[in-house]
Amino acid sequence: MSTIYILWLRQIKRYLRSRSRIIGSLGQPVLFLVALGFGFGPIFQKAGQGSYIEFLAPGIIAMSILFTAIFSGVEMIWDRQFGFLKETLVAPVSRLNIMIGRVFGGATASVFQGIIVLIISMIAGFRVHSVGLILLSLVFMILISLLFTALGTAIASMLEDFQGFQLIMSFLVMPLFFLSGALFPIQGLPEAMKIVASVDPLSYGVDGLRFALTGASHFGIGIDFAVLTIITFLLLVAGSFLFSRIEV
Amino acid sequence: MIKVKNLTKQFGDFTAVDNISFNVEKAEIFGFLGPNGAGKSTTIKMLTTLLHPTSGEIEINGINPALHQDKVRESFGIVFQDPSLDEELTAYENMNFHAVLYKVPPEIRKPRIEELLNFVELWDKRNEFVKNYSGGMKRRLEIARGFLHHPKIIFLDEPTLGLDPQTRNYMWNYINDLNKKEQTTVFFTTHYMEEADRVADRIAIIDHGKIVASGTPEQLKAQTGKDNLEDAFLELTGSKIREEEASGLDRMRMRSKMWRRR
Repeated sequence: MSTIYILWLRQIKRYLRSRSRIIGSLGQPVLFLVALGFGFGPIFQKAGQGSYIEFLAPGIIAMSILFTAIFSGVEMIWDRQFGFLKETLVAPVSRLNIMIGRVFGGATASVFQGIIVLIISMIAGFRVHSVGLILLSLVFMILISLLFTALGTAIASMLEDFQGFQLIMSFLVMPLFFLSGALFPIQGLPEAMKIVASVDPLSYGVDGLRFALTGASHFGIGIDFAVLTIITFLLLVAGSFLFSRIEV
Repeated sequence: MIKVKNLTKQFGDFTAVDNISFNVEKAEIFGFLGPNGAGKSTTIKMLTTLLHPTSGEIEINGINPALHQDKVRESFGIVFQDPSLDEELTAYENMNFHAVLYKVPPEIRKPRIEELLNFVELWDKRNEFVKNYSGGMKRRLEIARGFLHHPKIIFLDEPTLGLDPQTRNYMWNYINDLNKKEQTTVFFTTHYMEEADRVADRIAIIDHGKIVASGTPEQLKAQTGKDNLEDAFLELTGSKIREEEASGLDRMRMRSKMWRRR
């Protein structure tokens, strides 16, 4: 327990101390909200879909969580390069606990990031559907955070340096985001795109979050919750396995 | 305490450690010497569960690290050759992190951290971030951290590299003390032959992945007919200067470079 706590605490300290990173990672969601939200707003309205900011905000919250979470996981490559990973790997604690501590720490930071973006969207004009469901949105933020921190950690377990990082950004993180229904409704999509969106785990995160914040949902809240929980669990198992095999 | 039999580690077609065997007894101070790239660090990594051997057997404190990693890790402590601190944390936080991970009981955690940070003269700077430390200070902190918990075996991979004589002296006194009082087994590598001569009970010399000689410092000197360990070492390993073996990271970089060029 204390192992998990100290690793969690370390991640939190590192997050809170990297102010430039926090602010930097807020730039993108703000830009998306303002440029896309206000830019596409009129067209969206004309198409009879209502307010675009309303639709977009949950997607942007999910995006900022996705980026922070993946990065928290992949950050482990730094630890490897600075040698700190060795320090934790020879410690007399199970690697499962190390992995869990790291993932919880990264996930906490990501949830925090999501909450900040939620507040920013409210400043930009987003209104939550029901105050009572904000707690439900928190549940989905936590699930998305856990899922992608675990994914990032699993990936980082297989990489020795940042050479592959660009590859991950272009072929994993960006597609995950753009194909998820964060920016557009899944309903009207061509069949092929629909299938792609429905295998993207972020779609379920965005959808759950959208339901909690605006009351609209595509897959249904039960399915969102179930899919996210199962995938998170599977990624944690896969991640622990990969993590336990790390050699330095 | 440490039993190694026919241990081999290959990276691709390069054999870093080639079929070595040795034993280290309980409470012994064992020096593991060799030129750069001889296989010292690779051996230590295998002994401390960071690398899996290609073949051969290891027993640490009666436990096979290949089968019971977590259990084996409870019985040793290690000071690494290269840095392993968290630069974004303060010195105190690094110490505390280590103390929690190594299950140092909470009531002795604080006094021992204070004692050790005083010992390496970093107590006044305990709340500074490690990234602002000089190379020497980082090294001292690393040494202090290695002694936070009192394990049955302590591995020291070139611990005195870059230390001033004062700290070095203090460190060996501390180790001797641990060795006498708590029967700690010490396994260390160094390039300072005079240091090895002074502190080691027994020495093994490794070169090109093979153990070329072992015994007490006196035996090694007698075997080669030299009157100091440095000459004996040069006699056994030759005076040619070695290239440092590329680390896993360097190899990875090389591979990815080659990959990109294609």
